[in-house]
Amino acid sequence: MENEVKLAAGAMVTLAAATAVLVVLPYIQVRDVSAPPGLKPYSAAELRGREVYIANGCVYCHSQQPRDKSFGPDAERGWGRASVPGDYVFDKPHLLGSMRTGPDLFNIGVRQPSKDWQLGHLYQPRAYVPGSIMPAYPFLFELKASAAPGDEVLKLPPDFAPKGQVVVAKPEALDLVKYLQALNHSYPVLPPEPAGAAAKPAAAPAS
Amino acid sequence: MDSAILSLLGAFLLSIIGLFVFMWSMRKGLLVENPKAAAAIFASGEIGHTDDPALRPEQRAALQAAAGAPDPHIAHGPSAEELAERVAADASSRQPVLLFIAMACLWLLVGSVFGLTASLKLHMPDWLVGEAWQTFGRIRTMHLWGVLYGWITNAALGVILWLMPRLMRTPLVHGCWAMAGGVLINIAIACALLAFGAGWTAGMEYLEMPWQIGTLVVAGMACVIYSAYSTVAQRKAESLYVTSWYHLAAILWIALLFIVAKMPGVHYGVQQATTNWWYGHNVLGLWFTPVSVGIIYYFLPKIIARPIRSYNLSILGFWTLAFFYGQVGGHHLVGGPVPGWLITLSIVQSMMMIIPVAAFSINMAHTMWGRMHLVRYSPTLRFMMFGGVMYMLSSLQGSFEALRAVNQVTHFTHFTVAHAHLGAYGFVTMVLFGAIYFMMPRLLQREWPFPRLISLQFWLAAVGITIYFVGLTIGGWLQGEYMLDAAKPFMDSVAVTIPYLKSRSVGGALMLASHLVFVGHVLAMALRMGPARTEPAMFTSNPKMMELAHGE
Repeated sequence: MENEVKLAAGAMVTLAAATAVLVVLPYIQVRDVSAPPGLKPYSAAELRGREVYIANGCVYCHSQQPRDKSFGPDAERGWGRASVPGDYVFDKPHLLGSMRTGPDLFNIGVRQPSKDWQLGHLYQPRAYVPGSIMPAYPFLFELKASAAPGDEVLKLPPDFAPKGQVVVAKPEALDLVKYLQALNHSYPVLPPEPAGAAAKPAAAPAS
Repeated sequence: MDSAILSLLGAFLLSIIGLFVFMWSMRKGLLVENPKAAAAIFASGEIGHTDDPALRPEQRAALQAAAGAPDPHIAHGPSAEELAERVAADASSRQPVLLFIAMACLWLLVGSVFGLTASLKLHMPDWLVGEAWQTFGRIRTMHLWGVLYGWITNAALGVILWLMPRLMRTPLVHGCWAMAGGVLINIAIACALLAFGAGWTAGMEYLEMPWQIGTLVVAGMACVIYSAYSTVAQRKAESLYVTSWYHLAAILWIALLFIVAKMPGVHYGVQQATTNWWYGHNVLGLWFTPVSVGIIYYFLPKIIARPIRSYNLSILGFWTLAFFYGQVGGHHLVGGPVPGWLITLSIVQSMMMIIPVAAFSINMAHTMWGRMHLVRYSPTLRFMMFGGVMYMLSSLQGSFEALRAVNQVTHFTHFTVAHAHLGAYGFVTMVLFGAIYFMMPRLLQREWPFPRLISLQFWLAAVGITIYFVGLTIGGWLQGEYMLDAAKPFMDSVAVTIPYLKSRSVGGALMLASHLVFVGHVLAMALRMGPARTEPAMFTSNPKMMELAHGE
């Protein structure tokens, strides 16, 4: 009996060490971080839009974490300053992302504030960005013979508009666009969050 | 306290403790080689007798001839009594193992169909866009869960439960609990795939399963762990063979990892991201890797009929893997908005992973020395060796990928995807294929009906993953270089990958074809197709054993 007890105990010790440094310590370090003054909580519509973003797996192609100058030209591409822990206090789940099949979206609301552009781009990305490999999302829209009152009708480039029909955005599409427009982290974050070394954001080039 | 001082102090204390552990182990004689422990997987007199149930009798004779006749002084043929024990052990685990293997085969097909679809969608973005469930972000998740949890986890649990009674020299205890665990886990996987299709996801890579469904997984794992540890408690074997070290630790690790990471309401913001990657990397490092390494430590020596060269080296590999691998997850956030010390720690531990990989590779190279040519005779051995070499390559690649200079280029690109597939497919999946080819004849008391299909499947998979890996590695690297060049518009980094994304689809199609061959072959065997068996799957000529092997 001794052998496997030692084994299990040892295995638990090594896992505990790993959990302490990668889960518990970050928890202690980040729990007191508060939102920068410029960051607003999401509105109900934006949260619904965020759910659409999550449900359709946008995070698998788009990161939301611009890196520091020392890590690449993210700022030069207009993706914004390097993000800090405070930027994410309202984010649950986090959507940092691990791929840039498409561009970083942390500040897409600043780069493309236009609702028409966002809706049209979701309906057919290649109408706006030739060569894009983003999937089209026609299921977020309805094709109608004519628009009813209150319908959000898309203004598409002529080549991409269906003949004799109008494209109307479903509520999910409108919510998603509201979320994308809300992705604006251009507010200043200096000086960083609470006093004390513990909360020093590592956005500064990791040493 | 300043985090730099804290980490220095931590490193200092750790080295002191390490020194004391080393001195203690020297005094206790733990570092004296233990050939007896290394030979624990053989019945007495069995060393020298090659064993590959995937072969037909004449092929088996060829393998034995190539390996040389057993030394008459040490090998007088395996002891009938111990073989009878082994047959009884195999019979005790048959039902749960068959359940896990059957489900693994199902998910392998489902998962790889979704995988190929997702791959095609990346260069055919207007294909299959009409329905929400068909969109890339959902198909990709169904692929990930189908293959990682559906295929690998089921197959891994199947092999673990089959090896456990063999290695403990006792029948499987509480096999019905293991069955129940399998049922729960597979219900959870099915629910998860449906949930992703419907758009219900927790939204984090590798952790997409909603925690409500996750409770089923935890309950299922608890059942399997209960059965496995009960078996260990009843063992007749003197010591735990290294395979059991890896397997017994791994089933505990994965269960705890999952519980901590899925704990609802605890994690948020950046801390959730570190937990996410702690889990995401440890699924590979503390579940798939130890399971597969353990499998190689059993099957490879078994087939070539020679114990592993150094038992100590295998134990060193185990403890260094256990310690270092758990802490490497942070390298997925290099340059991200997380504390600098965390990244540095993860990079250091990523480099330290060279130790367990080197320990494994040197050990296996020594064990195989002079017997490399046996791969020509045994397809099962071919899968094992391919997997072992890919373990070394993917793990070394991973270590260097964690370095900032490399990570800067490869992060956020398809390069990482290629690396993940080298590990999960080139290494883990290939090893599992090999293990299943070895196990099934024993489980079903049948020969493989079409042995040539085994070779065909190997080559389809091997060529497929090679095309996949090479293409995507080049494409991913170019993508990263283009993204780092501010003079190039972002769209250039997309355009440059297109030919490589297409090559990935070609590789993926070959892999899917290989899976169709594999599952078809398993099905044919289960349906008792093909030529009738002329000899028992047991290699012995002892008539008593033949009776036992024919079973029932």
